[in-house]
Amino acid sequence: MLSFEKFSKPGIVQIILALLALIGLLTLPLYASRYAIVLLGNIFMYVVITVSWTIFSGPTRYISLASAAFFGIGVYTAAGLGMVLPLPAIIMIGALLSFCVAVFVGGLTLRLRGIYFAMFTLGLVELIVTFLRWWEVHYSGTVGRLVVSVDNTTVYYIMLLILVLAILTAHLIARSKFGLALQSIGECEEAATHIGINATLLKVVTFAISAFFMGATGVIMATRWTYVDPRIAFDLQLSFMPMVMAIIGGMNQLYGPILGAVFFTYLEEILITRFPYYYMLIFGFILVVAIMYLPKGVGGLVQKLWAKRSGGKNAHTSS
Amino acid sequence: MRILQAEGISKSFGGLAAVSHADIAVEQGEIVGLIGPNGAGKTTVFNLISGAIVPDSGVIRFKDAKINGLKPNQICKMGLARTFQSVKIFSNLTVYQNVLLGSLFGREKNVSSAEAAQEADESLEFMGLSGSRNVLAGDLTLVNQKRLEVARALATKPELLMLDEMMAGLNPTEVAQAMELVLKIKEQGITVLMIEHVMKAIMNVCNSIIVLHYGEKIAEGAPGEIVTNKQVIEIYLGEWKQADV
Repeated sequence: MLSFEKFSKPGIVQIILALLALIGLLTLPLYASRYAIVLLGNIFMYVVITVSWTIFSGPTRYISLASAAFFGIGVYTAAGLGMVLPLPAIIMIGALLSFCVAVFVGGLTLRLRGIYFAMFTLGLVELIVTFLRWWEVHYSGTVGRLVVSVDNTTVYYIMLLILVLAILTAHLIARSKFGLALQSIGECEEAATHIGINATLLKVVTFAISAFFMGATGVIMATRWTYVDPRIAFDLQLSFMPMVMAIIGGMNQLYGPILGAVFFTYLEEILITRFPYYYMLIFGFILVVAIMYLPKGVGGLVQKLWAKRSGGKNAHTSS
Repeated sequence: MRILQAEGISKSFGGLAAVSHADIAVEQGEIVGLIGPNGAGKTTVFNLISGAIVPDSGVIRFKDAKINGLKPNQICKMGLARTFQSVKIFSNLTVYQNVLLGSLFGREKNVSSAEAAQEADESLEFMGLSGSRNVLAGDLTLVNQKRLEVARALATKPELLMLDEMMAGLNPTEVAQAMELVLKIKEQGITVLMIEHVMKAIMNVCNSIIVLHYGEKIAEGAPGEIVTNKQVIEIYLGEWKQADV
């Protein structure tokens, strides 16, 4: 059997658990409160962005802060086309637009490494915001647009669909030979190119795939707001939070970023509603503790406990 | 037949000419040594041939096709593989995964996963690393990391293999084993171009030797000719003999 999968092959237990969770989530709107549906939609959004971020930045170790840009492109696609086209078409257009921008930007900048790449991707968000403001002022005369709203249950189901597709894609890429090649780029890019890996092409395509899901998410989440302007659409929080969630969740297993995103979105929600004045302080404190005591994230902790329980049998199943 | 021919290649970094108008020719099936004092431009020559850097002038031909201007991954697929002076392995991947990447991506034609897996294991077996198959590459000893680099390069099925100081830092027993391995690689029909400072190894295994000094080729010939070449003795071996004998 080939063993180049990053994640060990899912066992029957894991598949059944995933299916049960999916059935639960599919039937949830039938009996759950409206609040729960809205909150879950939010959680799905963070999970999709975090998992997409990890598809590219996890193995290659190129820290991208462009998530807000790709999400915002989706938001503005919804704002621009919401009146003219049906929702599925707008979602596809928003996703593809993000994909194309990522190909273009990736082709230009993926030769930058480390902090320089992070800085550039952060700059990209600001560049698009400034450009949009300039465009709106010069050509449409208004900064800010109305978005056609969609009911909560539809948003919920579409987010669930995007979520399942994003997780499946992440899983398939990580298990393919390209997933292994992405890891080798993160380890030593020079050596990777010298054994025949087309690092540039692989990086750009993977970066664009991750942008695709972020764009799609932007379109559907935009329908929650009735009004958007560039600053709302391109919120830098969406660049930083997914990175934090992925790192704290742990990037060595697929469930790491998922756990991180679910945990932090829920935590934020609770803190905001219960401690509106201290929420940032408490949030920051939890963040510091997590970084200090969970260097490999929650996923790493789960793996460690699992290894202990099964007597170290699985200690080396994944690196 | 000439498998590799570089004509008049030059490369400057800022004002410093690392390689100037060097002609390097390698005959198929031979083991060719590339020697010279520190800073002579040996590794730069490797970088130019493998596509890591682009020459300022000159032409490089591999199997009669011009390769300067091509990317390292394209050159690798044509059948030219290399190792690095400072070991460049994928430390957090297993030994097997390191080599598997070579057999999955280094070939001109697409190979099936099963075929690649088999070739990776053959390559590990050949370099004597089968026992450490599932160990993380970063946990290997230096000598085994160097072997792993060679195994990964061999997994790309090269016709020409360039070894950059494979024997540096090895003890005498390990050097002897490495010499045997180089000869075994040659027996497989793979041409070898090697940079080496261990003179004993160079003199014993090479069919011919090229000497670089300040980026220029100053001598070329069989080991016997090189050791008696007056210029070489003055600038290189002289130094070495004084220090060593």
